[in-house]
Amino acid sequence: MQEILQYTWGALVSFVVAFTVGITYMGLNRKITARVQNRIGPPWYQNFFDVLKLGSKETSIHHGVMQHMGPAFIMVTAVMSLLIIPILNDNRFFPNLNFHGDLVFLLYIMVFGPLGMALGAGQTGNPNSAIGVTRGLSQMVGFEIPWVMALVALMIQYKTTSIVDLMNLQAETGRWLMFTSPFAFLAAVLAMLGMFRYAPFDIVGAPQELASGPMSENGGKYLFVMMSAGSVFAFAKLTLYVDLFMGGANNLIILVVKTFILYLIPMLYGIVSPRYRTEQAIRYFWGWPSLFGLLAILQAVFL
Amino acid sequence: MMINDKNSQKIVDIIQNYARKHSLWILAYGTGCGAIEIPPTMTSRYDAERLGVRGAATPRQADVLLITGYLTTKTLKRVIRVYEQMQDPKYVIGFGSCTINGGMYWDSYNTIKALDRYLPVDVFINGCMPRPEAVLAGFAKLQELIQAGKADGARKYKENLEWYRANQKKVIPNWRMPEYNW
Repeated sequence: MQEILQYTWGALVSFVVAFTVGITYMGLNRKITARVQNRIGPPWYQNFFDVLKLGSKETSIHHGVMQHMGPAFIMVTAVMSLLIIPILNDNRFFPNLNFHGDLVFLLYIMVFGPLGMALGAGQTGNPNSAIGVTRGLSQMVGFEIPWVMALVALMIQYKTTSIVDLMNLQAETGRWLMFTSPFAFLAAVLAMLGMFRYAPFDIVGAPQELASGPMSENGGKYLFVMMSAGSVFAFAKLTLYVDLFMGGANNLIILVVKTFILYLIPMLYGIVSPRYRTEQAIRYFWGWPSLFGLLAILQAVFL
Repeated sequence: MMINDKNSQKIVDIIQNYARKHSLWILAYGTGCGAIEIPPTMTSRYDAERLGVRGAATPRQADVLLITGYLTTKTLKRVIRVYEQMQDPKYVIGFGSCTINGGMYWDSYNTIKALDRYLPVDVFINGCMPRPEAVLAGFAKLQELIQAGKADGARKYKENLEWYRANQKKVIPNWRMPEYNW
């Protein structure tokens, strides 16, 4: 009983932390983008207003059951991956549900949300949604390859499929995996550019050509769920990168600093880049990132 | 403790209105020449995003319908479709003289003269063209109305639907629209 209560409490606290930090990061993204474009920009807490407003909108859209389920799938994916990924090093304050083999499980569960959203967007019958879904799935085929290669390289090199084992290994040796297996880190970071769907890889929700793509029929509370799930998922992904490659974090402040440094990579890359076409995006991921992934596997096997 | 009594509802309203007024997602319906004033309002010179004003991609996601300039009877039909697809709470801003009294198109045979006979308008922005400062002042006025809870055009539209429909059908000859029942 004690243990169950502890796990429930940990899940609640980690959700609140992930939501707050993720929404703040998105607000900072808007602020930094505005400063780069020589604007003043919205305050960093602008996204809290947006989320509150979207949550308080009335919604009277009905296209079918799957349309209502689509955003829920994204939320489920975000929360599940957040609960699997250990947030802090010793796993004490936020007891999470990680187990041996969670790295393989994560590979599957991270694709689950976009697939559910694709079903939901398909039922709205909006042509923009259909085009957005095809673009999104094509892009996923692109960035999943270097991402899987990087993780497989880690699994071969350190002979484990557990995130906690990898974190303990870094704590024992004192060397971050981004230095001991640099090619895997490079491939994973380049795959992250596609995962975050910022420019130049924002081909899925391109507002000017697709009218925001898969979510074009979803307003109000659907967008509220999607925005919160997006921020939680962003935090979960960044935490996973910190856990795997940057030695984890001993307290929340170090975690926030490390994740924000990682978050700057897709953000700043996006601000100065125009948008790719779909085939350009796929060619990008199957070029250098996949080569780095291959080098990582070679290094893991032969060194 | 009663959660549903009047005073706690008032507190909820204040918080919700505060969030609504700081997050206006606009659907700029570029009907007339007024659309040319939107880019300077949104970009770095006047930067409407610092007030929380931001473009929305589709009517489903938008809060504010911005009617920029004259409306031909043909466009009016589309505007009505767009307005009825938007989700509550929703607001309309009439932009430029043409939406108030027809402006320079006052004797045209196929533009409407007064927008608020066809759609409930919350804020009018005067001018031909209104400069970006005037547009920002219009947004500020809308924010005031929202905070005071007086921007209730959507409710008026539902209550007086027959009157609005009669006016709309008078100017749109081939009326083939879905009948809604709110």
